[in-house]
Amino acid sequence: MKYGDKVIDHFANPRNVGALDKSASDVGTGIVGAPECGDVLKLQIQVDTEGRIVDAKFKTFGCGSAIAASSLATEWVKGRTVDQAGEIKNTAIAQELSLPPIKVHCSVLAEDAIKAAIADWKSKNGKE
Amino acid sequence: MPVKLPIYMDNNATTPIDPRILEAMMPYLTGEFGNAASKHHVFGWRAEEAVENARQQVAELIHASPKEIVFTSGATESDNLAIKGVAEAYRERGNHIITCLTEHKAVLDTCKYLEKNGCEVAYLTPDSTGQVGPQQIEQAITDKTILITLMAANNETGTLHQIAEIGRLAKQRDIIFHSDATQAVGKIPIDVEAMGLDLMSLSAHKLYGPKGVGALYVRGRGPRVRIAIQMHGGGHERGMRSGTLNVPGIVGLGEACRLAQQEMDHESPRLSAMRDALQSAIMSRLDHVQINGHPIQRLPNTLNVSFEYVEGEALMMKIKDVAVSSGSACTSASLTPSHVLHAMGVPDELAHGSIRFSLGRFNTPQEADYAAEHIVQAVGELRELSPLYEMAKEGVDMKSIKWRGPVH
Repeated sequence: MKYGDKVIDHFANPRNVGALDKSASDVGTGIVGAPECGDVLKLQIQVDTEGRIVDAKFKTFGCGSAIAASSLATEWVKGRTVDQAGEIKNTAIAQELSLPPIKVHCSVLAEDAIKAAIADWKSKNGKE
Repeated sequence: MPVKLPIYMDNNATTPIDPRILEAMMPYLTGEFGNAASKHHVFGWRAEEAVENARQQVAELIHASPKEIVFTSGATESDNLAIKGVAEAYRERGNHIITCLTEHKAVLDTCKYLEKNGCEVAYLTPDSTGQVGPQQIEQAITDKTILITLMAANNETGTLHQIAEIGRLAKQRDIIFHSDATQAVGKIPIDVEAMGLDLMSLSAHKLYGPKGVGALYVRGRGPRVRIAIQMHGGGHERGMRSGTLNVPGIVGLGEACRLAQQEMDHESPRLSAMRDALQSAIMSRLDHVQINGHPIQRLPNTLNVSFEYVEGEALMMKIKDVAVSSGSACTSASLTPSHVLHAMGVPDELAHGSIRFSLGRFNTPQEADYAAEHIVQAVGELRELSPLYEMAKEGVDMKSIKWRGPVH
């Protein structure tokens, strides 16, 4: 697939690759997708006492655009509050990366991963 | 000597034109422009002579008679002509066709079309190596079976079918036998007599010839095979395929067959040595790797490998200087992984991580080394990025997880 420069850049130099301690109470972990579908995104956030995301990490099994979308998602959530991060829309990710229509589902997965990570953090901390 | 980048290792998709073939074609793209059907002047005679020379060259490679070669626009057309042609011509005898799930879409979709038009088709499931055995075929035969169509070699895995055995069976049961031999012709010896073939498709652009030209072998005697016309018109090609002949393309196909025949004896072992070196370099340096296809009964040039925990399209982006193919859904328009690997029982997550290397006449051992080096490195990097590899290392049983998906 021919991708735009931003996908290529995030793919070649993915930001925030790694793992946070998933058992820590200030860490939320979201895993979305399925191996048989060809993409699994794991996105983790570390949240301070003010509800602000101070760190984010990802690991992704998937195509170039799935990796790029995850990488971008970690960049975007850092520094935001969990509520602000929860408002990130897949369309914004797809637009930022100029994803071809057939790859839009990668941005949907990235949005889902952010939401899943927030939900995990909330349930750990009795927020919902 | 440093290798020249990018490296082309996708020869089962198409091959570069051999300069010797282009040279043979050039006169027919320039001065010798005649219509091979023009019977009354020298321009036509020269074109016809070139076409008949090519027909002889194609026939020799597959041990057929020149009269049994019908030129077409390529293997897709040949498959359509063979399968629809038989279904129509033998309608009174029966309506049942036997094929295999790993066939090319040119065969599968033609069969699906015929199903809508009164035919019944048995799509046999291959074993894990991709083979359908003669016994399996025998069991599928009904008193209405008119045609068995089975590829000689699979384009994705290189797995070879036992064509000669199946040919004998077809003959015993008086069933017409067609093979799409697009990938096999020129790579392995083909003998339509010894293999008991009645119809066989081939294409020039997998043989270092031009795109847009191919042929269908149609058995002329013992007994003669009838096919219903699919392209009506001026009655070219003994009435079986109308349309002004693509003289330069046909000359290219002929020369491609001549060169393949001349060079196969030393080219075949050269390819398999390179392929085997690539395979062992990968297998010795990476774990969680699986070869797809038959380990021995396989085209000499093809290597299909699944790398667990990584995705094929991402791998191809990592090794962007080596042009290969993947069975990943992300490389197809349909968002489903390879139908071939699926039919062989390869789990979808492994199909997503499959890469096909298909070597060719212009690849060198240095290029194979370069490809091995880079794929090993790329797999390592992507596994560091893979949550599945992380889980596997932690000993998590992937099957026990309730995945949040699918999204497709």
